[in-house]
Amino acid sequence: MRKNYFVKSMLSSCAALLAFMPAVAQTSTTSRPENFPPPRQNYVIQTPTYLSDYFEEGTTPSVSPDSEGFIRRWTVLEPISKPNRSNTVFTDSYLNHVLDSVYFKDQMTVLPKNGDKVKVDGKKLKWHALDSKLYNFKLYRLAAALKKPVYGVIFFAVTVIDCPEDIENVRLSAGSNSASKWWLNGEEVLILSGDRRMVADDGVSKRLTLKKGKNVLRCAVINGPGMSDFCARFVDENGNPVNNYTISYQ
Amino acid sequence: MKTKSILLGSAALMSLWTSDIFAQTGSPYIHDPSTIVECDGKYYTFGTGGGGLISEDGWTWSGGAVRPGGGAAPDAIKIGDRYLIAYSATGGGLGGGHAGRVLTMWNKTLDPNSPDFEYTEPIEVAHSLDDEDCDAIDAGLLLDPTTGRLWLSYGTYFGFIRIVELDPATGKRVEGNEPVDVAIDCEATDLIYRNGWYYLLGTHGTCCDGPNSTYNIVVGRSRNVTGPYVDNMGRDMMKGGGKMVIAANNGKTGPGHFGRYIVDDGVEKMSFHYEADYARGGRSVLAIRPLLWKNDWPVAGEDFKEGTYEIESERRGYALELAVDFVRMQTPRMRFWGDVTEPVEPLKPQTLADVIDTWPTGDIGVRIGDYMFRPHQRWTITAVPESEGYLGGQYYKIAIEGTDRALAATADAEVIAVPKFTGAPEQLWRIEQLTDGTYRIMPKSVPGHDEELVLISAADSTPSLGKFDMNSDNSKWSFHDR
Repeated sequence: MRKNYFVKSMLSSCAALLAFMPAVAQTSTTSRPENFPPPRQNYVIQTPTYLSDYFEEGTTPSVSPDSEGFIRRWTVLEPISKPNRSNTVFTDSYLNHVLDSVYFKDQMTVLPKNGDKVKVDGKKLKWHALDSKLYNFKLYRLAAALKKPVYGVIFFAVTVIDCPEDIENVRLSAGSNSASKWWLNGEEVLILSGDRRMVADDGVSKRLTLKKGKNVLRCAVINGPGMSDFCARFVDENGNPVNNYTISYQ
Repeated sequence: MKTKSILLGSAALMSLWTSDIFAQTGSPYIHDPSTIVECDGKYYTFGTGGGGLISEDGWTWSGGAVRPGGGAAPDAIKIGDRYLIAYSATGGGLGGGHAGRVLTMWNKTLDPNSPDFEYTEPIEVAHSLDDEDCDAIDAGLLLDPTTGRLWLSYGTYFGFIRIVELDPATGKRVEGNEPVDVAIDCEATDLIYRNGWYYLLGTHGTCCDGPNSTYNIVVGRSRNVTGPYVDNMGRDMMKGGGKMVIAANNGKTGPGHFGRYIVDDGVEKMSFHYEADYARGGRSVLAIRPLLWKNDWPVAGEDFKEGTYEIESERRGYALELAVDFVRMQTPRMRFWGDVTEPVEPLKPQTLADVIDTWPTGDIGVRIGDYMFRPHQRWTITAVPESEGYLGGQYYKIAIEGTDRALAATADAEVIAVPKFTGAPEQLWRIEQLTDGTYRIMPKSVPGHDEELVLISAADSTPSLGKFDMNSDNSKWSFHDR
């Protein structure tokens, strides 16, 4: 089955055949908290997405990585529109061009607060400070819950790693759907290119040092059709998770 | 000069791919083939979009299989004396939603010309709702040999791969059964069982992009059918884990949609499609490869490649050879002590011309002996395309290099080398890679014998024909170009 949402000419593919399927609309009857936005879709959908299904608003100043070392606390910008008919265009060169482009002011230095807004191509996009309920951060579901575009998008995310001391010889280990770039303290440390599904420990950075105090970790994830999400943790020389730090929005 | 070199290189590459033999022959054009099922002596597989392929020998395929309902990626299984087909007539993908329905239906036969050929009314056994974390298409069926319970896996990249339980008597969903999430990041899944392990095979990578498709088949395993399925690194398939089974190779890209077929104890095949077979203009084709098992992990075996080989007995490691006089190399003894003052000249290997006049001209016996890379031990193996085939392979001529002297089965269930290859069935050999990576070598027929016999080592130095026994190295051989 094909992930490509847009290509309509490949009738020999199984996914193309699926296009003939009529969608039967119905509303979800599950009760939901009222303090989260309603589903994104402007039509009645069978399984509307709610933020509370996947995320919660962090209530503590900092959190630890989860038991497997995954970083669940992130501040994420609403998706920037970047239409792509297929994820196969995400070559290294493309990513270096597109993800290094400047879309908003202080893109690589800002530490946004929840609700802060930036202007991209004349549109105001909001930062959302959230803790994922899962080891991974489901960007598709964030966009869906916020009634934002889910396909043809770029997400920027940032988090702060606070270390009690220097932690040497660690690697950033990440996976993303689709391609992504990662920066630690302003330095690019990892690129995951191509039409890629999110796999834990898909790629790692070179050996890094997390310095004592605050370290800023950023990523940009680009996706055409299909799901989009990412996961990240730091691992040691043996691939074991590094846990002796805390994570905060600021 | 440079252009010429490149052209020659390209030609060599094309030659490599086209000489690698097609994945299957005939018209094996299909996408998302279901697990191959045998019915009344013929093989069947169904694909996306309805219909499917039929083969009488498992090597030459053509259209003609009939599956109503259209839709995507079916699977098929024989339960008792009936055939159960699972397929998804619906789904999301291009429609933007991901509402899908998996349906099952029965048939007493898969032969569309049979008077008994009639599908039952399809029954929905699983579904996904629009924008749910699942896309209920791409069915895979497992009848658990340990419990008799029937399981269905389904799903795509959009959310989770799920497993539900069906009633093997009705094909309906077991009442009250709830789906279990077992994987992400794959599609076209299949479940299999072996040796105390359940395996979830999934297809990863980019689909439907011809020669650019990065589709590949990965696997995780579990002691329980409902998971967790983990890969060789201990990574859960719920986190994207998966150990590679097969990726693009030899001019064919995008292997996907795994199916397993057990031919015999120790002889297993895996069916799948290649998104693009370069030799067939990039069309999507059915492929069948040996299925191997290493440390309880499934591994794609090799398509047998024509060439000249030592045929080594697994029994002792001796090599199959003509029973002819050993012709000594006539070289002076070379001193190995002291300084070497004279020029060092390489020895010239013994050639066919050096020895062939010492060989009888009629039938020659065959034995097994110390491999010395001599002409009577070098066998050239070439496909005989006009000789039909068997599941996943074609028959081969096995002849001494540079000659037409061919290995043949005899009426007394022994083996000889006849002076001239005639294409007779007893001179045609079925070469199949076994689940441990070695091979069995079987004549197409043995004169006067109805049972299947294979080339065996009756003793360290004596080949013969006998019943195949996967638990004995007497039945196993390997091929080496050395």
